[in-house]
Amino acid sequence: MEKLLMKGNEAIAEAAIRAGCRHFYGYPITPQTEVSAYMSKKMPKVGGLFLQSESEVAAINMVYGSAAAGVRTMTSSSSPGISLKSEGISYIAGADLPCVILNIVRGGPGLGGIQPAQSDYFQATKGGGHGDYHLVVLAPSSIQECVDLTFEAFDIADTYRLPVMIMGDGMLGQMMEPVVFGEHKGREIPEKTWACSGTNMKREHNIVNSLYIDPKELEDTVIARQKKYDYILENEVKYETDSVEDADIVLVAYGTIGRVAKNAMIKARAEGLKVGLVRPITLWPFPAKAINDIASTAKAFISVEMSMGQMVEDVRLAVNGKAPVYFTGRTGGIIPQPTEILEKIKEVAGGIK
Amino acid sequence: MNNEIVIAGFGGQGVLFAGKLLAYTGMMLDKEVSWLPSYGPEMRGGTCNCHIILKDDLVGSPVVVEPTEVIALNGPSFQKFENSIVKGGKMIYDSTLIDVKPVRADIEYIAIPATKMADDINASKLANMIITGKMIKETGVFTLEEVLEAVKKLVPASKPELLELNQTAIKKGYEYNA
Repeated sequence: MEKLLMKGNEAIAEAAIRAGCRHFYGYPITPQTEVSAYMSKKMPKVGGLFLQSESEVAAINMVYGSAAAGVRTMTSSSSPGISLKSEGISYIAGADLPCVILNIVRGGPGLGGIQPAQSDYFQATKGGGHGDYHLVVLAPSSIQECVDLTFEAFDIADTYRLPVMIMGDGMLGQMMEPVVFGEHKGREIPEKTWACSGTNMKREHNIVNSLYIDPKELEDTVIARQKKYDYILENEVKYETDSVEDADIVLVAYGTIGRVAKNAMIKARAEGLKVGLVRPITLWPFPAKAINDIASTAKAFISVEMSMGQMVEDVRLAVNGKAPVYFTGRTGGIIPQPTEILEKIKEVAGGIK
Repeated sequence: MNNEIVIAGFGGQGVLFAGKLLAYTGMMLDKEVSWLPSYGPEMRGGTCNCHIILKDDLVGSPVVVEPTEVIALNGPSFQKFENSIVKGGKMIYDSTLIDVKPVRADIEYIAIPATKMADDINASKLANMIITGKMIKETGVFTLEEVLEAVKKLVPASKPELLELNQTAIKKGYEYNA
């Protein structure tokens, strides 16, 4: 299989096309503009549609329309743009439609900066839009994983009829690593009998809607959707662990910072400190059970993030009082160095002896 | 192989391309590689840099904090990264554009008048390839043939004259002796 050297943004775009996405709606914003640029070049060559909309709000509503028609569709943006899309994302979730949304996160709040950050964790996992809904949130940490999870994102979206978010950051979007586009086996996708794709005068027309005036009817749809979420919580959790079996201190870190945390772990091990790492790959569903199991042997946890501490709350809920949970991180576009994480490890280690 | 390289200069000097060439050569040889550019306002006329990691085993963080080699194509880059180089590391710099006195005794300084040499072969934009040639000679990270092979993949097939010029520049740098 041929290895290619690609930027994360371009690799995700290529993977989306290979996964069968033929309807992409974009609006430029650093640091994800290469996704749109790549789509604009490639989509016409595969008979697909690239459309640069007049705004992020328009783009997500175009996705809403395409998803209702039953085609694989996607939009991408970075933090401020995702805030604009949040209303549309809630509507899509409320209408039970599949689509993929890419967030290449930059520092915030507001226009913030353009350097890598993870400060959109709350927005992604707790619902940036209104209402009882969840996105499945996938957090790759290498370019190869960007590719593999993009295929997965479309499959998960179609399997469960919900929006899936791929959450990277500026570093992952801009860096290049070797990737292989292997054969993606793919899941068996249920037929889209609900799609508004033309009746051919052979069936009743379908309706896509998120408005239910009757409270009982609305409650029923929300409860039905919750059952889907409960199933996903049991069946779609993905994470990676490293050296947790004998670890006193377990780092929890995802995406870009997961890699930096691994360097810190190696440094700490070299100094005789028993440190392990859990890297959540799905941020929702969060690997709560896995972390709780590890908490039976670990003496302390440190959530390492490029934010002021957001995932740390989920780590605390997962650990559920079995061990202390600490936080370390930088924000605003600064990537913590392994030595900074090592300092925190030593500080915590000093306390647990 | 365990090289953590920073290439830095002005935007437009081909810093990112030189880095891509090293990463691509590494990939062709089945090494683990990463290439991380600086992006943002600093690229517009200011300094621009990229981080390249070449390893036998998996690359962790792609951010290079303590480079084993720095290639500096302008004065500000030389000054910015000089102190970050690991003990025993190398500073390879363009002596046409950089007129600074080396201060460290624990790293090796390798000067090459890359910009002047590029002008001499009527390829003023290829100082990046000249200095890359020098870098592989001094570090032995790749052979000349390996890099000449990799550059074939990075220059569009529609521009054979550009490929030849790039290869000439790499060879000039490789063969340069102060």
